[in-house]
Amino acid sequence: MGYSFPEEALEHVLWFLSSDKDRNSVSLVCKSWYEIERWCRRRVFVGNCYAVTPEIVIRRFPEVRALEMKGKPHFADFNLVPEGWGAYVYPWISAMSVAYPWLEEIKLKRMVVTDESLELISKSFKNFRVLVLSSCEGFTTDGLASIAANCSNLRELDLRDSEVEDLSGHWLSHFPDNCTSLVSLNMSCSGSEVSFSALERLVARCPNLRTLRLNRAVPLEKLPNLLRRAPQLEELGTGAYSAEIRSDIYSNLAEAFSFCKQLKGLSGFWDVVPAYLPAMYSVCSGLTSLNLSYATLQCPDLTKLVSQCHSLQRLWVLDYIEDSGLEALSASCKDLQELRVFPSDPFGAEPNVFLTEQGLVSVSEGCPKLQSVLYFCRQMSNAALITIAKNRPNMIRFRLCIIEPQVPDYLTLEPLDTGFGAIVKSCKELRRLSMSGLLTDRVFDYIGTHAKKLEMLSIAFAGDSDLGLHHVLSGCDSLRKLEIRDCPFGDKALLANAAKLETMRSLWMSSCSVSYGACKLLGQKMPRLNVEVIDERGPPDSRPDSCPVEKLYVYRTVGGRRIDMPGYVWTMDEDSTLEFS
Amino acid sequence: LEMETIYVNDLNMKATELRLGLPGTDNESDAPQSSSSSSCVKNNKRSSSEMNASFQNIVSEQLQSHAPAQKAQVVGWPPVRSYRKNVINDQQKKSSESDGCGMFVKVSMDGAPFLRKIDLKFYNNYFDLLRGLKDMLKCKIGVYSEREGYNGSEFVPTYEDKDGDWMLVGDVPWDMFINSCKRLRIMKGSEAKGLGCL
Repeated sequence: MGYSFPEEALEHVLWFLSSDKDRNSVSLVCKSWYEIERWCRRRVFVGNCYAVTPEIVIRRFPEVRALEMKGKPHFADFNLVPEGWGAYVYPWISAMSVAYPWLEEIKLKRMVVTDESLELISKSFKNFRVLVLSSCEGFTTDGLASIAANCSNLRELDLRDSEVEDLSGHWLSHFPDNCTSLVSLNMSCSGSEVSFSALERLVARCPNLRTLRLNRAVPLEKLPNLLRRAPQLEELGTGAYSAEIRSDIYSNLAEAFSFCKQLKGLSGFWDVVPAYLPAMYSVCSGLTSLNLSYATLQCPDLTKLVSQCHSLQRLWVLDYIEDSGLEALSASCKDLQELRVFPSDPFGAEPNVFLTEQGLVSVSEGCPKLQSVLYFCRQMSNAALITIAKNRPNMIRFRLCIIEPQVPDYLTLEPLDTGFGAIVKSCKELRRLSMSGLLTDRVFDYIGTHAKKLEMLSIAFAGDSDLGLHHVLSGCDSLRKLEIRDCPFGDKALLANAAKLETMRSLWMSSCSVSYGACKLLGQKMPRLNVEVIDERGPPDSRPDSCPVEKLYVYRTVGGRRIDMPGYVWTMDEDSTLEFS
Repeated sequence: LEMETIYVNDLNMKATELRLGLPGTDNESDAPQSSSSSSCVKNNKRSSSEMNASFQNIVSEQLQSHAPAQKAQVVGWPPVRSYRKNVINDQQKKSSESDGCGMFVKVSMDGAPFLRKIDLKFYNNYFDLLRGLKDMLKCKIGVYSEREGYNGSEFVPTYEDKDGDWMLVGDVPWDMFINSCKRLRIMKGSEAKGLGCL
């Protein structure tokens, strides 16, 4: 009866648990398991930086070595979140510089990172190894120079899709000569010309370098110099893929590629000159990932290229690939799991390429492992969506963007409700869905009824009434993130499903019909939600309660209202009626 | 026929001047014709009086459809990230300046449901081009003559030049043609009647 499981044994077992979900479950068993678990949690993931405070995290988990965090709402990617909204990482770095001297990894997405933050990181954590800044902004090359200069054990520096202010290209030269630890370097988003000789020497002295993503400014003629010094590379992002047509440049490049027997992923390809494509053919058969989304190649060149990549699992490409290229893809790349087709002329009034729904249908037919799709096109039909749903019940992520809003099925002129309905009905493991085209409340009924594993839903210019929103909030059991723009959804559905919002990470609604009064009410009713009204027209109090707000962002939090809001963001909470009375 | 110059190029004033004379009658006393000189194109145009009414209608329709080449933009739609937009814009600008990639033009054919695209650089002369078009579109295009155009053909190849004018394929030297051709339209012979009669 007095027997208890020794703590050391439990700790040893917990060491093998890496999944947050599992660790969270463990910590709920009993108080002593909670205590043991919290002392040995090394990795923390914060999906919304405002859901919790640094102090709370540090208090609960004193021995963290790796932090991953996300900031702004996803629609910030499309300029729907005004400047200065928030998501500043500095308070976190400042707190962790004291609490976690042994911190090794920081991975951030959509956060504002200043040079000050970067400098503090570089000086506070002696064993710092991994910095990933995904879609971040607020820093300059000076901040990068601090990281390069002070982090002597740096393994990964990945700036994917971030905005860096280029004050000088010499930041790369700040890596000391004795820095040989780099495994991954991604500077593709940077605009400045780095010192090529510094880059060359850095690559040469890092024998474990596996990922190298150059920026556009690195000329093609110089690429062989890097490849020869790093034949062990697995992922390469080229710079501009263009040069004067010269046979010596060509043969040099082709030979250098042929030495890279481990290459699995390629990206870059800005300004591509087709004549230089064959130089990389030798690596095609081993490629599992190919990002051609900046390559303005035309259909024949694209087709020829992808047809040789028989091991391809992931392809990102512009719509220049056209239906015929996608058909060739479906015939050649039977291992394809993820396809993203981006628009080459998103704001043009007329189609500029021959890419239709048929391309996607072909790929869904020919690629049995296809599970993740992002597709921009200009026409769609229910029939095509039904076919895709039937072909690919294993779909996990389906994001379709028909460029013109509210466009119906081009064959029948009906809404695309049945098509998307077929998708959610057939693809039982669907986790992410983005819809477009003409959609009524009916599609939301289908989604609420069938999309039980759906975690993230993006809706734009769709629906007829609150019923649509109600179907989603009441039916989607696994929903974590819901983002809505320009839909006629209002107060009723939101207030009726207020409790649901506490089970989700966040809700974004912009250009909808949610009134200020409803926002206040929601804030009052739900103390564990932050209900933030974003309105650039001035204080919502200066307008009637019935007036719809411009944008609404609701998220669950244990951190209370945030204190860093800009002038156009108002938090609705229990006190809000008192404050303004 | 009043036509506006829709596209602002680096044309000199003389080139943008509208003329109704017969082809070849205007003597350009200045420089020998270079393939990239748009001013020479105007000299070889057929006069408006030769175009029949239906052709004029088609052309003015084309003018209207060009009015807004881009639509008013909704904020954040379509959902393309700004760094992608910038890259696409840069590259579109570059390709219209440089000679690097192909010279792709759209080809429409009366009666066909969708357009095709061809790379003009792929062909060396009109003979190759017409043969390519005939193969691709499975249409009958007759033989060109300067006097009669394609009179009698089931289909007649026309093109829109840099000034927005619709021209008969074959009238100007090949080099001049590929540098001024923006798109091709294969018209039904019956609609192109009158183009061949001087």
